[in-house]
Amino acid sequence: MPEQQRTLGAAEVERLVEREYAYGFVTDIETERVPPGLSEDVIRLISEKKEEPQWLLDWRLRAYEIWQGMTEPNWAKVSYPRIDYDEISYYAAPKSAVADGPKSLDDIDPELRRTYEKLGIPLVEQQRLAGVAVDAVFDSVSVATTFKEKLAELGVIFCSFSEAVKEHPDLVRKYLGTVVPHTDNFFASLNSAVFSDGSFVYVPKGVRCPMELSTYFRINASETGQFERTLIIAEEGSYVSYLEGCTAPMRDENQLHAAVVELVALEDARIKYSTVQNWYPGDKNGVGGIYNFVTKRGKCAGARSHISWTQVETGSAITWKYPSCILLGDDSIGEFYSVALTANRQQADTGTKMIHIGKNTKSTIISKGISAGYGQNTYRGQVKVLPGAWNARNFSQCDSLLIGPDSGAHTVPYIDVANPDAQLEHEASTSRIGEDQLFYCRQRGIDPEEAVSLIVNGFARDVLSELPMEFAVEAQKLLGVSLEGAVG
Amino acid sequence: MTPLLQISGLHVEVEGREILRGLDLEIPLGETHAVMGPNGSGKSTLAHVIAGREGYEITRGVIRYGGEDVSELEPEERARKGVFLAFQYPVEIPGVNNTYFLKAAVNEIRKHRSQPELDAVDFLSLMRDRVKLLDFDEDLIKRPVNEGFSGGEKKRNEILQMTVLEPTLAVLDETDSGLDIDALRIVAEGVNRMRSPERSFLVITHYQRLLNHIVPDRVHVLQDGRIVESGGGDLALRLEAEGYGKPAAVPA
Repeated sequence: MPEQQRTLGAAEVERLVEREYAYGFVTDIETERVPPGLSEDVIRLISEKKEEPQWLLDWRLRAYEIWQGMTEPNWAKVSYPRIDYDEISYYAAPKSAVADGPKSLDDIDPELRRTYEKLGIPLVEQQRLAGVAVDAVFDSVSVATTFKEKLAELGVIFCSFSEAVKEHPDLVRKYLGTVVPHTDNFFASLNSAVFSDGSFVYVPKGVRCPMELSTYFRINASETGQFERTLIIAEEGSYVSYLEGCTAPMRDENQLHAAVVELVALEDARIKYSTVQNWYPGDKNGVGGIYNFVTKRGKCAGARSHISWTQVETGSAITWKYPSCILLGDDSIGEFYSVALTANRQQADTGTKMIHIGKNTKSTIISKGISAGYGQNTYRGQVKVLPGAWNARNFSQCDSLLIGPDSGAHTVPYIDVANPDAQLEHEASTSRIGEDQLFYCRQRGIDPEEAVSLIVNGFARDVLSELPMEFAVEAQKLLGVSLEGAVG
Repeated sequence: MTPLLQISGLHVEVEGREILRGLDLEIPLGETHAVMGPNGSGKSTLAHVIAGREGYEITRGVIRYGGEDVSELEPEERARKGVFLAFQYPVEIPGVNNTYFLKAAVNEIRKHRSQPELDAVDFLSLMRDRVKLLDFDEDLIKRPVNEGFSGGEKKRNEILQMTVLEPTLAVLDETDSGLDIDALRIVAEGVNRMRSPERSFLVITHYQRLLNHIVPDRVHVLQDGRIVESGGGDLALRLEAEGYGKPAAVPA
């Protein structure tokens, strides 16, 4: 008798994908915030709080002016109620962190320290993550950065964005907005106007950064948005691997996170940028959760430069995010490795843009979308080859894994080639976790939840293997946890 | 002594259609029994219902294993008690390393038996040992589970899993289908090496030829959802010669 083929029923899937969000707690801490609403005055206030130079305030105000004339993009395959930008507070910071200026690691508010310990990010320079330097961003400010001195010995600058504006204004001024201009898009312009903190990295010529750099973003305050900005500059022949992680409390309201990340890689430099995104995804019925509307772009400015984006997107109610590479330098390389998981009512519209400008430029796109419950997952990507990009190469692979009958996967690849010499390959597949795979695992003694996690991790393996070792295990667990059912 | 497997009066429906219609079967510990039958007689249904697959509904009758009614147990619970099914169509799990998969399985079972989990080093040496014993290509254990395996490799992988998991009851569901004679011999040797007074086998097959290599203690003929005849090894030879044809007289 031929083996019976059966897909998983809705009830089974619901049991398997019901998720518990482990980071949904709120830190009870006194917060200083500006009242909701956006105006020139609010922008001046933020800039003043940060004691910024005039040029930066002017830059913010120009962005704000442009933003006011822009309309919110609606081409993504996501739907959400209109955002009222006057209901959001654009700046919130723990009082203890902003009083009396920057703190040494020993002076961090114990409540904040406990928060990060609960999140698994000890703000100390020994212990578990000894090979990783951390910048901890809490709501609108950076509260601590570890290993700063040790990195400084090699000339590597790793600090909060605010500190960089004060301590390294020339570098910030030289590169800010050169990859994502303040006019770029609705959310990037908004960010340019109101951004509050983020991380800054500068790796000098020929230096291989000896440890992983990472930023941990935490949204805590309610009715606020988080608008951070990250700028990474890798000088000639340097190397840096950077990782960001993010979580937020469980709330019924939706909170906006509109970040901008700019990477600049000069000749022979390499930047490896990894994200493990675990913002609060909302509840089973789609109530609450973070709107993660983020602009990330890297410029391979120099010959033979190399930028890779690796992202594991498991959180957020909505993800709108396209980490991209401008391949300007001859022989430069851009890579995008992505796992996006949507469960319950989560929606993700994510992908990349690879813009080939220089000769012999190469790009690789590996996208793995996993949809469960009513989750909707769209891969949207563009490969653009300009006339001067002789001998450009691209390989794209977009795979979708569906769990249950109500989830959706969509692939929207744009290809725009203006050079006759370009070679592009595109592969795509869609598969389902079948009852037969689950039964096979269970027959070998493996729990159904464990089995789903195993299958999902196998599906995502090509991407997970791109993560730095320290985080691959975390990400693997996260993909498991995100699909873990309430066993029983 | 209580038989290891004791199935009595078993009726099973799949999608509302009755496939097994009052099946009785007993396998004492340490014995190897073969169930033979034509296509559509219910052979695979029998294999799956013993393993506890969802969608195979027991409407009447009972399955006892080690004296315990296991009819309501989840597949993983049965597996942890020592029930193993070698699949007729082994399933591919892309991206999941064969060794990793099997280690997860072994440790689930060990956890259930309150045995300490094996670490990666111990497990790998166990795998290597079994692979050598079965004359398998060591490359097989590094590849994703069954992904891109040939039909024969998939079947051999089932036997490899069986030798690592060391079940008490192994059900082989048409393990011989799609195997050439050399692969058949290797698979059969793997099974024979595992035969012991502490372990039983249920060999489900359409053809007699497998039973030249795995010589059963008893042979049962399954037809229209019932065991219609039982006998020694010579029964298989007779079926091979005469075909299944009409069943022996069965009380209606």
